[in-house]
Amino acid sequence: MKVRSAISLASVALALAALTLAAAPPASAANAIDPAADARAFQKFFTTKFPKLKLEDFVNGPYSLNEDMHRQWVEKEEFPPYEFSLDMGKEMFAQPFKNGKSYADCFANGGIGIRQNYPYFDDKEGKVVTLELALNRCRQANGEAPFSYVKDEMAALTGYMAFTSRGKPFDIKIPNDPRALEAFETGKQYFYTRRGQLNFSCASCHVQNPGERIRAEILAPALGILNAMPIYRSEWGGMGTISRRFITCNVQTRGVPLDPQSDEYRDLEYYLSYVSNGLPISGPGARP
Amino acid sequence: MKMTMRLTGSNRPIARLVLATTLLTTMLQITRASSAQAAASVDEFKAAYAVAEAANTQAGALRNQWTATASTLADAKKAADAGNFDAAVALSKEAEALAKASIFQGTSEKQAWKAQEIR
Amino acid sequence: MASTIRVRATATGDTTEVQALIQHPMDSGFVKDAQGQIIPPHFIQQLTFECNGKAVFVADWGTAVSKDPYVKFSFKGGNKGDDLKISWIDNKGASDTTTAKIS
Repeated sequence: MKVRSAISLASVALALAALTLAAAPPASAANAIDPAADARAFQKFFTTKFPKLKLEDFVNGPYSLNEDMHRQWVEKEEFPPYEFSLDMGKEMFAQPFKNGKSYADCFANGGIGIRQNYPYFDDKEGKVVTLELALNRCRQANGEAPFSYVKDEMAALTGYMAFTSRGKPFDIKIPNDPRALEAFETGKQYFYTRRGQLNFSCASCHVQNPGERIRAEILAPALGILNAMPIYRSEWGGMGTISRRFITCNVQTRGVPLDPQSDEYRDLEYYLSYVSNGLPISGPGARP
Repeated sequence: MKMTMRLTGSNRPIARLVLATTLLTTMLQITRASSAQAAASVDEFKAAYAVAEAANTQAGALRNQWTATASTLADAKKAADAGNFDAAVALSKEAEALAKASIFQGTSEKQAWKAQEIR
Repeated sequence: MASTIRVRATATGDTTEVQALIQHPMDSGFVKDAQGQIIPPHFIQQLTFECNGKAVFVADWGTAVSKDPYVKFSFKGGNKGDDLKISWIDNKGASDTTTAKIS
């Protein structure tokens, strides 16, 4: 009897929830894509939710939201776990390819201090190009095999490139090109779309619940979340790239992830980076 | 106990509905069980599996497959390989239901995502 | 190959604070790889810190220590410029040694 009444109560709650959803006002008619307004609203949402934090604090994710974790992190940063990877990245970056060229030849300013400009919209290709993608294209153009997008070598390289760009604010540009605006919009849609058997969107955790616990972990805010990439995650026991972060998020909601650097993930990275414009690069980072 | 009674009382129509649904499901299960006495055949499994797989492909086109669908499909195949077609058919049906749910999610979210957006 | 040991040792007053990070898989022997095969145990058995030839910190480790372990401790004595020698040996007989100056 008790169980049944609990079930009926739950159905009432569900029905109510459905009603509230149905009654919610329809999306505003202003459907023009306005990235600048989106970014303003996005940053304002987080600064209002966490009034004590400075804008640049958001790049440190959960460490800015919990005092205990912050103390641990300060100590950890004295001797960060990504140090081995960073050294490896520095070495790899300097190592020329078999044809004598090197990574520095593929990038503006020799690849130093440019992380904040990625991803960018490539008007020839008509698509978003991320740093990870650019690195593998650089390898292939020079007759080298591409790296796995998720860890080790790729994380070491992006980690080193982020390190040389630390403190520089994200400076993602969206050209006045309908394809670029569409990429931004697709990324935004991916971010807010519920997926997987658990019916979670990226926003369910990283917009609606940053600072709350999910099991033993504290959820990071979406604002500034990419500034710290790549990250050493103690949970992974190693380094992970942005691709890895997206894939694990999808899998954790019990969705089948897309291939790394598929169009949707590139657009998502474009969207998330753009709305964090102005926040400094802090990668490589360390997360529990 | 008093509390429970009162709650049930105030939601009587819904409680009745729940009861009716439960009964209906039980009856369905009984019918299914009796028809399953003539054990499911290879062809039945193949048909059920194909339907489930097609639904999952459709979810793939929406870029919204679920990991549970894939693992249930794999379990169905494993059961069929072991010659247990009853289980294989049941698992295929479950996979189909999961795939259909993911299609529903993928389709409704085409509009519903906007409800979560920060403006 | 770069050393597997990173050390920082600072003397303040009469104590020296030491931090070290060691690169090592520290496999417990209870984990399976992607093929379902057990990854054999591979862990550091003994870690030693010596200051001017005298052991100041000796740890007998087992499988319960995490991958890429981090150690922090302080000891009395030790002056700026003194040698601090760190060495580890694992259950497969591999080892590494490095020497750092206390700053």
